[in-house]
Amino acid sequence: MIEYLISPEFLLMMAKIVGIFGGVMGSLAYLTWLERKVMARVQMRPGPTRVGPFGLLQPIADGLKFLFKEDIIPTQANKFLFILAPIVALIPALLSFSVIPFGPRLQVADLSVGLLFIFAITSLGVYGIVLGGWASNSKYPLMGAMRSSAQMISYELSLTLSVVGVLMIANTLSLGELVTAQQGTWFGFIPRWNIFLQPVAFVIYVVSAIAETNRLPFDLAESEQELVGGWHTEYSSMKFAMFMLAEYANMLTVSALATILFLGGWTGPAFGPDWLRMVLPTIWFVGKISVFIFFYVLLRSTLPRFRYDQLMKFSWKVLLPLALANILITSLIVAIS
Amino acid sequence: MIEILFFFFAALAVGAAINVLVQKHVLYSALSLIVLLSSMSGLFILLRADFLAVIQVIVYAGAIMVLFVFVIMLLNLPEDEDGADRLRWLKFLGIPLGLFFLFLTVITLWNVERQDIVEAQMAGTPELIGRSLFTDYLLPFEATSLLILIALMGAVVFAKKDL
Amino acid sequence: MLQDWAPVLVFLILVTGFAVVSVVMSYVMGVKKPNSRKLAPYECGMQPTGTARERFSVKFYLVAMLFLLFDIEAVFLFPWAVVYRDLRIFGFLEMLLFIAAILAGYIYVWKKGALEWER
Repeated sequence: MIEYLISPEFLLMMAKIVGIFGGVMGSLAYLTWLERKVMARVQMRPGPTRVGPFGLLQPIADGLKFLFKEDIIPTQANKFLFILAPIVALIPALLSFSVIPFGPRLQVADLSVGLLFIFAITSLGVYGIVLGGWASNSKYPLMGAMRSSAQMISYELSLTLSVVGVLMIANTLSLGELVTAQQGTWFGFIPRWNIFLQPVAFVIYVVSAIAETNRLPFDLAESEQELVGGWHTEYSSMKFAMFMLAEYANMLTVSALATILFLGGWTGPAFGPDWLRMVLPTIWFVGKISVFIFFYVLLRSTLPRFRYDQLMKFSWKVLLPLALANILITSLIVAIS
Repeated sequence: MIEILFFFFAALAVGAAINVLVQKHVLYSALSLIVLLSSMSGLFILLRADFLAVIQVIVYAGAIMVLFVFVIMLLNLPEDEDGADRLRWLKFLGIPLGLFFLFLTVITLWNVERQDIVEAQMAGTPELIGRSLFTDYLLPFEATSLLILIALMGAVVFAKKDL
Repeated sequence: MLQDWAPVLVFLILVTGFAVVSVVMSYVMGVKKPNSRKLAPYECGMQPTGTARERFSVKFYLVAMLFLLFDIEAVFLFPWAVVYRDLRIFGFLEMLLFIAAILAGYIYVWKKGALEWER
């Protein structure tokens, strides 16, 4: 036992865990800065500028402010569940990073069922929202929670079904192998990414992913004009920050998964000296994720919101049959070739 | 290490199961059931059944329990109105049924052929499960589709009586 | 493999610790000046009226039920997709039969109007 705890493998594992956890927490903090900055530019405003150069210290100031804010638990709320809900929301959102490959070796655990592990973990995230809304014992949170959870499970379905086509081509559920299967090029210049083989699945995935993370144009759960803040209306201080952190972490997870499944993960041209070859895959990976995040923020700042009945109908009547048709057509093509 | 983890998950599962029964509010019972199902998934991992472990969470903890929680929130029974009066007679039915179930369990365990405990050599990977499910166990698999079809119809009939 | 899961367990402990510590820290460090107005449920500044826990539309139940059934279907698709290369056209016909039955149910649900939200 003691020998294992000081063995090089264990220390390497701990280093990876701490590195990935720290990196993810840092990028989550700066995601809020990025979002505010980009949205501000779209709306011809400067955005945060006061704290540090270009407002770069803003996330740190925000974090400290959350910590020192009053911790309000409404009198009529169910106290135990009210405190439990943000914890339940945050744990699965952060745990999914344990299987995501950030580079050829930069992965905490390469499970043989890695993809399903992420789906399993994220499917538990819905309880954080449901409990938060119910425990508040207030009207807006409860309505927001019901709407949000119904929306999340509906889009989870099309999200799950959209990746089956990719699995038929790659024949593995391990995220590491999914990436390595996309190495190389066709005709010397087109990268072997699954997006070119599964364009329909990619569109279904991206649309469902945006809805799954409750972002505009699908942010019915917290539509300010009708539901104030949705399920977290009664939340304040760090608990509110934890819900936000979970939301941004989920955004990062679905973007990372989109990159792994459709855009070749960390694959990309490697060149230069050895140290550059070491870090380039991670840089490609982060770059591809950033494109998604940027797209997310642009959507938020440009599109109006759906109506709830349209949203639910879109999932059940358009995305679901489309995903099933994509599976059948892909399987027919794979079987013939 | 594995033993410690086994006892941890087993204790968590049993504790959660007892909590399901003793909790007064039905939402707490449902939450304990989620803990129970998740710790079962931990036990599956220790048995090298990786695929089963994630499926356990996806289907049971992530889908069936969402349905349970939705129904609980849908009805929103006040905490004092737990329907005990209506279930008075079921209590007397429950004791013989429980004894009968215990009897069945004992009989089943008695008739199981004793085998030495062998550590699982292969992981329950999706490949292995897929290979046997879609060749040797094809009929049960296709029968499942009929079961889902019936359940789909039943769900609609229950929810929409007026149609 | 079992060793593969060890880092996940460590990660789980780390993440749980982080979540619990955040809650405790904000409880310890935050100011505490409660008053009855502050602790009342938020209703846009009005006096809260009635109970929040009202009964919800049966539609939500229906969505959860349909999600559960289609999720079970999706679970079967994963091992099938992984071994699809070996099954070839036989696997295609198998899954065609499976999906056809569920598609029949899907069409029934659609025709019965269970996917509508207006009514």
